[in-house]
Amino acid sequence: MSRESMEYDVVIIGGGPSGLSTAIKIKQLDPNLNVCLLEKASEIGAHILSGNVFETRALDELFPNWKELNSPIKTKVTKEKFLFLGKNKSLSWPTWLLPSVQQNHNNYIISLANLCRWLAEQAEALGVEIFPGFPASEVLYNEDGSVKGVATQDMGIDKEGKKKDSFEPGIELLGKVTVFAEGCRGHLGKQLIQKFDLDKGKDPQQYGIGFKEIWEVNEKNHEEGLVMHTAGWPLDNSTYGGSFMYHAENKQVFLGYVIGLDYKNPHLSPYDEFQRFKTHPAIKKIIEGGKRISYGARALIEGGFQSLPKMFMPGALLIGCDAGTLNMPKIKGSHTAMKSGIIAAETIVEHFKENKELSVFESKLKASWLYKELYEARNVKPSFSWGLILGIIFTGIDQILFRGKLPFTLKHKHADHETLKPANQMPKIDYPKYDNVITFDKTSSVYLTGTNHADNQPVHLKLKDPNLPINYTLEKFNEPAQLYCPAGVYEVQKENDINKFVINSQNCIHCKTCDIKEPSQNITWVTPEGSGGPRYGNM
Amino acid sequence: MKILVAVKRVIDYNVQIRVKEDNSGIVTDNVKMSTNPPDDNAIEEAVKIKESGKATEVVAITVGEEKAQETVRKALAVGADRGIHVKANGILEPLAVSKILKIIVEKEKPDLVFMGKQAIDDDCNQTGQMLSALLNWPQATFASKIEVKDNKLEVTREIDEGLETIEINTPAIVTCDLRLNEPRYASLPNIMKAKKKPIEELLASDLGVDITPRLEQIKVEEPPKRKAGIKVANVAELVQKLKNEAKVI
Repeated sequence: MSRESMEYDVVIIGGGPSGLSTAIKIKQLDPNLNVCLLEKASEIGAHILSGNVFETRALDELFPNWKELNSPIKTKVTKEKFLFLGKNKSLSWPTWLLPSVQQNHNNYIISLANLCRWLAEQAEALGVEIFPGFPASEVLYNEDGSVKGVATQDMGIDKEGKKKDSFEPGIELLGKVTVFAEGCRGHLGKQLIQKFDLDKGKDPQQYGIGFKEIWEVNEKNHEEGLVMHTAGWPLDNSTYGGSFMYHAENKQVFLGYVIGLDYKNPHLSPYDEFQRFKTHPAIKKIIEGGKRISYGARALIEGGFQSLPKMFMPGALLIGCDAGTLNMPKIKGSHTAMKSGIIAAETIVEHFKENKELSVFESKLKASWLYKELYEARNVKPSFSWGLILGIIFTGIDQILFRGKLPFTLKHKHADHETLKPANQMPKIDYPKYDNVITFDKTSSVYLTGTNHADNQPVHLKLKDPNLPINYTLEKFNEPAQLYCPAGVYEVQKENDINKFVINSQNCIHCKTCDIKEPSQNITWVTPEGSGGPRYGNM
Repeated sequence: MKILVAVKRVIDYNVQIRVKEDNSGIVTDNVKMSTNPPDDNAIEEAVKIKESGKATEVVAITVGEEKAQETVRKALAVGADRGIHVKANGILEPLAVSKILKIIVEKEKPDLVFMGKQAIDDDCNQTGQMLSALLNWPQATFASKIEVKDNKLEVTREIDEGLETIEINTPAIVTCDLRLNEPRYASLPNIMKAKKKPIEELLASDLGVDITPRLEQIKVEEPPKRKAGIKVANVAELVQKLKNEAKVI
């Protein structure tokens, strides 16, 4: 069946910081270009989750007067702490001994979701057409193999793939240039990297899973502007991760945990590590007596410089964390994502005005502070493959003494799906029971995300081999999807002594972890019907 | 025949509602808002009637703050022909809304007024009924089926005992149940076209209606938390607990 099509100069996929910055910058440089932006969430911001301590460098370039534009960037960082946690103890590390990339005194504590909502308002005021609730589900190619645009998802298809009464076919959005800005592990970005071999000669991409909860805490425990990070307990020396706690406005505390998805033990449950972390005396004393009001999780990029794919291809650009511009030692990706969007916009405008190839993106990137930042940060994450302690010592030398200028580059050796050891060779982990005060089960957590997917639609988590989870993954790895999924999507249920792999796709909070960590890469995340997924507020 | 459909902007039905810490209301900042679900059914039904050739125009109206216009725009994207936005800020009680609707009805002279059976935010279920009284028009509430006949409507109503079918004369007010139909999706091209459809903007203050709330909201509280269940060993224990602890038998 033929689909309707709409033509634009530029089609942008994804309404996060990179996509919105691209849209805004294009319109600032050339208001005559037609720009549309697709977002799979029900509204801009509803699928955005981030810490977030925000460095304003890219925003300063985009809107030098942002302070006069009623932006949601209000809480300046006033105080910083870094703790090493033991099981019951904590050791405070003087912040002046932290590498400068980890110092935050010029930064702000923000909700990235709210920043995106604000950026979307600015973009719309400049004439960008924003369509929330429309996931791009398919890349369209020209006969010469270049990217022609995308198609949106058909709406109103039932579980069996039949059309319901409400069926509404997808639309082809054709762009002279298409910009993919889906965020970490975008499902179209993944296809493009493969098709155009964009990661040729690069290290395998590295990922983490990040959790975030928002707590309303007692006034006496709240210190607006305080930024605190921790390393150590509950993770062991060989697992990469740490926590953040940001005291935002309105007595809210943004509490989160990030764990590298290169962990080896299939019995490890990232969700339960986070829950357990909150019971540490240094953390519990702050949230005790408060109320958890939000929960969410999202995969993030950790590979950095070595894993950054080529970001241009015929007819299209791949930007932000769809490519992987997050700066890991800084634990920040918003300003770098925005900068990549600005560079994309400059590239596109020169492409239209001066007929330049999209490949000029690369030289612009190399000349930018973004490239310098990622280059200097490159050795931190791989050094932690030697363990937490050696990683910290090396990072001290690399970042404080040499400021990232050591004359070698460490490699990321494995993709995250290759790192799990067989379940019978690794220790089981006994996680404490949830107390429903400080720690909570997955079901009540997912409830807070407002996640919903229209009933009776096809499962959007596709198994390449439907028998593999039970026949192979369960026996060898104890089916770790049950543990790494932060939303309880995957279950192994026993029925009459026969194991059954169940996918509760309606719970999916679009974090993409399964697509990354499944040891045989047997799970592929595709877009569900538009507007599905979480409805995050100020995450 | 002309159909006027009233739509309301409410907190999205998937969002977990949070009570403000000082119990003065619920948190609405940065919360996803959308059209009240049964209002979507009302729009869908009006558009279907128009598509069947029995109506000539569908007009969507909302009363509320600046952003409430999104709901009218959405109605236009699924087939309404034009919109009206009566701007008013603060708490709007059903009586105030129905008085505003009455003025609009007198001006627009529709043959039918559709709206959702109730809004999912305050659950009042009053606006349709009050409008019917103010206009002295017949009303059919909780409609799960509507059949348009000459100067008459046959409406099936969802009532406690089952279904009730009534016939009313037009002009009339119909409040719509979720079972009435399955609302369609707004397609991208239709969203684009909707941006060009006209929305008339009016100020509630210019219509001469007193919208000052007549009710004072004293306190908003979360419902009490459900306690965890227990397992009983046998029927005797269950009966004993139902008698002595739960005191229900």
